[in-house]
Amino acid sequence: MTNASHRAIRFIGRSYLAFVLTPEAPILGWLAELDSWLARSPRFFADRSIVLDLAKVKLSRQGISHLVANLLERNIRVVGLEGADPTLLGPELPPLMRGGRSVDGAEIVPPSGSEKAAAPIRKQPTSLVLDSPVRSGQSIIFPEGDVSVLGSVGSGAEIIAGGSVHVYGTLRGRVMAGSTGNAQARIFCQKIDAELLAINGYYRTAEEIDQQVRGRPSQAWLEGRTLKVTALN
Amino acid sequence: MAKVLVVTSGKGGVGKTTSTAALGAALAQAGEKVVVVDFDVGLRNLDLVLGAERRVVFDLINVVQGVAKLPQALIRDKRLETLWLLPASQTRDKDALTEEGVAKVIAELREKFDWIICDSPAGIERGAILAMRHADEAVIVTNPEVSSVRDSDRIIGMLDAKTVRAEKGEGIKKHLLITRYDAARASRGEMLSIDDVLEILTTPLLGIIPESEEVLRASNVGSPVTLSNRLSAPARAYTDAARRLKGEEISVSIPSSKMRLFDKLFGRRAA
Repeated sequence: MTNASHRAIRFIGRSYLAFVLTPEAPILGWLAELDSWLARSPRFFADRSIVLDLAKVKLSRQGISHLVANLLERNIRVVGLEGADPTLLGPELPPLMRGGRSVDGAEIVPPSGSEKAAAPIRKQPTSLVLDSPVRSGQSIIFPEGDVSVLGSVGSGAEIIAGGSVHVYGTLRGRVMAGSTGNAQARIFCQKIDAELLAINGYYRTAEEIDQQVRGRPSQAWLEGRTLKVTALN
Repeated sequence: MAKVLVVTSGKGGVGKTTSTAALGAALAQAGEKVVVVDFDVGLRNLDLVLGAERRVVFDLINVVQGVAKLPQALIRDKRLETLWLLPASQTRDKDALTEEGVAKVIAELREKFDWIICDSPAGIERGAILAMRHADEAVIVTNPEVSSVRDSDRIIGMLDAKTVRAEKGEGIKKHLLITRYDAARASRGEMLSIDDVLEILTTPLLGIIPESEEVLRASNVGSPVTLSNRLSAPARAYTDAARRLKGEEISVSIPSSKMRLFDKLFGRRAA
C-alpha cells in the first residue's frame, strides 16, 4: 500500500467487562429494590459500565427512555441495551449489544468489606467453529481467539476475531482478524472475493486487493504496517 | 399434518405475491387444502392477484384483534374449491400485527388446512419477521441479480435465527425459487447464472421460473398464472415447484436460451 492515509484510521475491537442489570416487572418495585440496595452501597455503580437487559420486561420506547433517565439520576450510566426490540430504539437511547457472555464471579454480590468485586475471568475457549455459512447482515464477534467457518461468508456479513480467521468457502464479506491487537493473526479463505480485510486495525478494501488473487485460495497477513494478500497456490 | 410455508425475499418486486398465488393454486389443483395469507398489511396485493378484491369484508388484522372470527375472514376461491385467501388490511399498518395474535391465527389455520402459505412483505422489519415466525418451511424468492441475491442471503440468516423452529433448535427447511430468469440475458452474462446464485446462497433449488409476459397478464386478470394458462412455461415451472414442495423428486431444468427465428431476425428477446 502506498497511500499513507489508509493508516490514519484503525478499527480495533476490544472487549470489556460490563455489569448487566435485568429489570423485572413491576419496574417501580424493582427501582425501589435498587434504591434500598444503593442506600447500602451508594457508589457501587459510579464508575462501572452498565448494560440494561430488557428481556424480562416489555417497555415502550418512552418506557425505556424513562428507565434510562431514572437510572442516570441514580448515577447509573447505561452504555448499552440488551434484549430489546431493535425497532423501539432510537438515536437518543444507548445502542443494542449482542453476543454477551456471562463471566463467573462477576455477579453483583452485596458488598461486604472491600467494595471492588474482583472478577476472576474464567478461561474462555480460544476458538470458535461455525458449521453453517455466515449470511449477509450477520456479525460474528469473537475477541477470544480464532474463528473457522465451514461455509461461505456472504456479502455484507462480518467476522471480527481476536485471532486468525479461516473460511472454508468463499469470503465475500468483511473480516477483521487480530482485532484485539494481535499483529500475528492471519486470514485464510478458499476463495477470496472480500469487501474488506483487516488485521490489527490495518485494512484493505476490495478495490485494493490484487485482481490476480481474486477468486483464488488466499491468505492475508501483516508485514509491518502493510496488509498483504497472496494466493495460497 | 399442516405445513406452514413462508414466501419471502427481503427485496421487493421479485415475485413473492405472484409465487404465493401460483404455488397455492398449483397445490390446490393437486387436491391439497390451501390457504394463502397476505402479511403485507397496508400494501395488500394477494387479493388482486387472486381476483378476490371485491369480496374482502374482514381481514387478518380483524381476526388478530378479535373483531372477526377466522371463518368470516376466509375467502374461498371461485375456481378452486380447496383454495382460500386470508387477506391483509389495506387501511392499517404492520404495527397492528401482534406476536400473540399471529400465533393464534396460525394455530387455528393449522387445524383447517394442509398448507398455510404466508406471503411476506418486503424488508426485514416486523411484518416480515411475523410472516416467517411460525413457518415450518420457507420459499426464498430470488431474481438472478446481485442485490436480490444479497437480500436473500440476509433473509436466510434471519430464517435461521428468528423463527420459532430455529429458536427451538429444529431448523427451518429452505427452498430457493429463482424467478424472472431470462435465459437469453443470462447467456450474454447480463444476469447471474443459476450456478452463481446457488453457489452464493447454498440453498436447495425449488425451481426456476422463466421471465414471461404471461405472469403479468395473469396478474392483471386476477388469476394465478398456474390457472390462467396452465401450459405456459412459468405455469409449468410453478406446477413442478409445487410438486417438489410435496416431496416429489423432479429434476430442475434450466430454461434454454434458444431464441425463435423471428426474435433473432428482429433482435428481440424471447418472451
